[in-house]
This record gives sequence, C-alpha cells and structure tokens, in this order.
Amino acid sequence: MSEHMRDHMSDHKDAEPLPAPAPAVNPETENFWAATAAGRLLLKRCLDCGSVIWYPRVICPDCSSLHTEWFEASGRGRVYSYTVNHRGEGAYTGRAPFVLAYVELDEGPRMLTNIVGAADAELAVEAPVEVVFHDTGEGSALPRFRLVNGRT
Amino acid sequence: MSIRGKAHIAGAYEHPDRKIPGKSIAQVHAEVALGALADAGLSLSDVDAYCCASDAPGFGPISMADYLGLRRLRYVDSTETGGSSYLVHVGHAAAAIAAGKCSIALITLAGLPRTQRMPRTSASALAPEAAFEQPFGPTTVSMYALAARRHMYEYGTTSAQLAAVKVAASRHARHNPNAMLRNPVTVEEVLDSPMISDPLHRLDCCVISDGGGALVVVSPEVARELSRQTVKVLGHGESPKLADNGRIDLTFTGAVWSGPRAFAEAGVEPGDIDYASIYDSFTITVLQTIEDLGFCEKGKGGAFAADGGLEAPHGRLPVNTDGGGLCNNHPVNRGGMTKVIEAVRQLRGEANGPVQVPDCEIALAHGNGGSLGSRSAAATLVLGREDS
Repeated sequence: MSEHMRDHMSDHKDAEPLPAPAPAVNPETENFWAATAAGRLLLKRCLDCGSVIWYPRVICPDCSSLHTEWFEASGRGRVYSYTVNHRGEGAYTGRAPFVLAYVELDEGPRMLTNIVGAADAELAVEAPVEVVFHDTGEGSALPRFRLVNGRT
Repeated sequence: MSIRGKAHIAGAYEHPDRKIPGKSIAQVHAEVALGALADAGLSLSDVDAYCCASDAPGFGPISMADYLGLRRLRYVDSTETGGSSYLVHVGHAAAAIAAGKCSIALITLAGLPRTQRMPRTSASALAPEAAFEQPFGPTTVSMYALAARRHMYEYGTTSAQLAAVKVAASRHARHNPNAMLRNPVTVEEVLDSPMISDPLHRLDCCVISDGGGALVVVSPEVARELSRQTVKVLGHGESPKLADNGRIDLTFTGAVWSGPRAFAEAGVEPGDIDYASIYDSFTITVLQTIEDLGFCEKGKGGAFAADGGLEAPHGRLPVNTDGGGLCNNHPVNRGGMTKVIEAVRQLRGEANGPVQVPDCEIALAHGNGGSLGSRSAAATLVLGREDS
C-alpha cells in the first residue's frame, strides 16, 4: 500500500455528503419509503410466526404467511461488516471513499447501508450505530447509520 | 437416479485470447463452440442439446442456436446463476443425458467486457431487493470485501493469508502461455497494491478478460465411439444461498450444500480429490470455498493457503493450475467455464507440465455465481479420469 493510500484511509471522514439516489418505489414498498421521508424506519412483522421481515415484502419468507404488519424500528443496531470503498460507481462515481456496511438492527435483520461521519480508525465490527436519514429529494430518504459514540 | 458415470465431458476449449477486438460476441461463442466440438471429434451437426447463460446474445438459447445452425436440438437449458452457470449446465446436461433426453450437449460462454461495454441487465434493477441495496452504492468488489471483513472478524483471517491465494495462482500462471498475468507476485506485492475496497486490494481481484470457452457433454455410448480421452461426470450439486430474510451470514458459501451433494453422488470424499478448480473471483472466495467443501476446518482456509496448500504439484490440494481467474482468465466476469476446462485438462494429463498433478484421477470443479455479499449460487462437479 502506498503511503498516499495509508494517509487517505486514516484520514477518511466524508468530505461531502454522500449522493442519495432515489430508490424505485412500488406498491409493496411505498409505506416504507414514505416513512423514511418522515424520519421513521419501518419494518414488517409476520402476524402468524412473529418473524421480522427484511427486506419488506408482502409474504413472510419464513412461514409463507400473507398476514404482515408494519412497525417502527428503534433505529439502533451494530455493525455486522463494513468496507471502505475506494472505487465508487454509478451515482457514486468520483465520490469515494465511502463506507458500505451491513448493520444488524436491534430487531434482528441485517441491512445493507452506509456508515457516515466516521473516521476509518473508528470503524469496527460490532460498533453500535443509529439511523440517520438522507433525503433523496423524491419523497424518500435513505436510512444510513452513524456511530453512536463516534466523533461525528 | 444418479448421474454417476452416465455422462462424459468429451470436449473442452478455452479461447486463447484475453482481448478480442474486431469480433462480435456471437462470433466468439461460435469460435469456442467449434473449438470444443473439434476437441471432442464432433461437429455442430451432431449437437442435440444446447446450454448457455445470459452472456449469450439474444433470446435465451434460441438466438445462438439459430446463429450456429443447431437444427437437431431436442433439449435446451439457459439456467442463469452467474459465474456458476456452466457447472450447473454440465450437471443438467448430464441429468438429461442420463434420462435419455439427449446425447450430445454443447455449452458455450463468451463475451467482450474489455473491448465493449458490458450491458447492464435490466433484471437487476427490477429485482425486489434492488431498492434496498442499490442506493447505497454497492460494487462487486465492495460486496466481497464485506464478506472478507466478517471472515476476518470471526476467524482471524489476515490480508497476508488472502494474498497467499493470489501468490499460488501467480506461480501457476507463469507456466500458462495464454495467461493474462504471468508474473509471479509475492504476498508483499499483493498488500502493496492499491486498496480497492478495504480489505481487498487490486491483486485480491480477478482479471477482466474478453474470451470464453465451451464444453461438450456426451452419453457413454457416444464417448465410446470417440478417439479422444473423455472425462466422466461423477457427481453434481447446486445450491442457491439466500440473504435469508435479513439473516445473511457472510462467512460461508453455498458450497456447504452443493459440495456434499456432489461428493455423495460421486461416492467420494474431499480427501479423494487430486485437483480442484475453485472459483476465484476474489481471494476470499477461494478461502471460504475450500473450508465449505471440507478441504480444511472452517475458519482455517487462511492458514491452508499461507502454508502453500494450494500450490501444484505438491500442495495438499493443488488449485487453479491454469492461474485461475486471478491470473489467467475470467471471461465475461464469469469464471465457471474455465474452472471445468482446467479440471478436464488435469484429468487428461494435459495441464501445463510443471503444474500437472501426477496420476490425477479425481478432480473437483466449483463455481459461485452472484455475490458472496448478498445472494449467490454454488455449483460443484466431481469429475473422474476416463478409467476411474
């Protein structure tokens, strides 16, 4: 690794807000995305087996039930895994480095997301995080996470 | 019903080029088809089954069948599982042959990602999970990096151990005149290469190459009529691995299911395998897969690689003696075809001299399609020398 790269990594802390590309919304997911615009993270729960469902869908992939309900998540979790990506693509072209991560929510599911506002040295598997919402400008917001005890 | 011994691979051909300007994708499919059929001693007019995946231009298997003039087809399969598709095709062709549905199956892969832009498939944008993943900027490398990070966390795997997978591949590739990267590299050189997505460096990643390959799978009756040495299909297993309702586990692959199925059908155990082609889109792919196939204890893949276990001809499990996707070839970002082809070379005794495994009787080829960081599909083949 070059010295330049080492410095770059240790210093990394989002220099500017990450892009917030809008998700494609459909009738199955419109409640989820409408809630994000209001700063709420919704999950689905199966009314028959009790499983928390991720990603949101009408069928419970654990018991095949079609009886599900939305509920508001705590917005808290821990880092399951993370990577500092130095090569952005699509909307992220030229916006690297940024952190891609799986966060395990307190309610159970592991969701793909970004960790924002963290210096690389602060990132760690199992680090506690909380949700923040980044407006896409199209009636939705991306649920991202920041370190709870981080220097944000 | 088992497919054990009921189908043979009679022809295998890897396109010799890694950059192919001035040709169409369909043309390269035709070149590899003709190459594999010539290897078998057959022609396009003999083919009665055709398998391809979404790299084949056009409408499923139909456009390429029409282009090639495959007039005798009575069986087609366009199963799409990414880079593992072609191992799945071998298993499906063998099952179809065993069931009497066909007797000479052609499988092709070809594409030109270096000289043409790779088309973005609309299917991925329409996937039900897309809205919950794509806005966060995942890339192919960064998704595998997530798997590598978690494996490190749970098992203490190190970047130097990952690098050992690349080192072994590079030592093999120096004997392959067609390999894209022929210079041996050291662990230090891997660690000093640019970080793409932490912890994966550039040299933890496979090459991007134009090219392709093809296979011909035939019935035992056809195999007996051919003068060329064939390879027996002994066992096959396939398994999708799901993100599983938010319970995704990044530390293992679908090989935990496809491997035992293939071993059981073949009637062999991991210790019986003389040579293995292991999918190597990234170094972490190899580490997780050799653990999941039972070649070493779970979590010990890093030590296995760092101890030289993957190196031919005398490592505990010689792997990817052509240089693999890491150094030789990863046509169309799909490594499954070349995995089968090198296993066939080893069983025929036709691998490059210094990396030919002595008395290679039983080989394994494994593919993984999709992403270890989300959803994937594993496929395992156990193959045997003609006299096995």
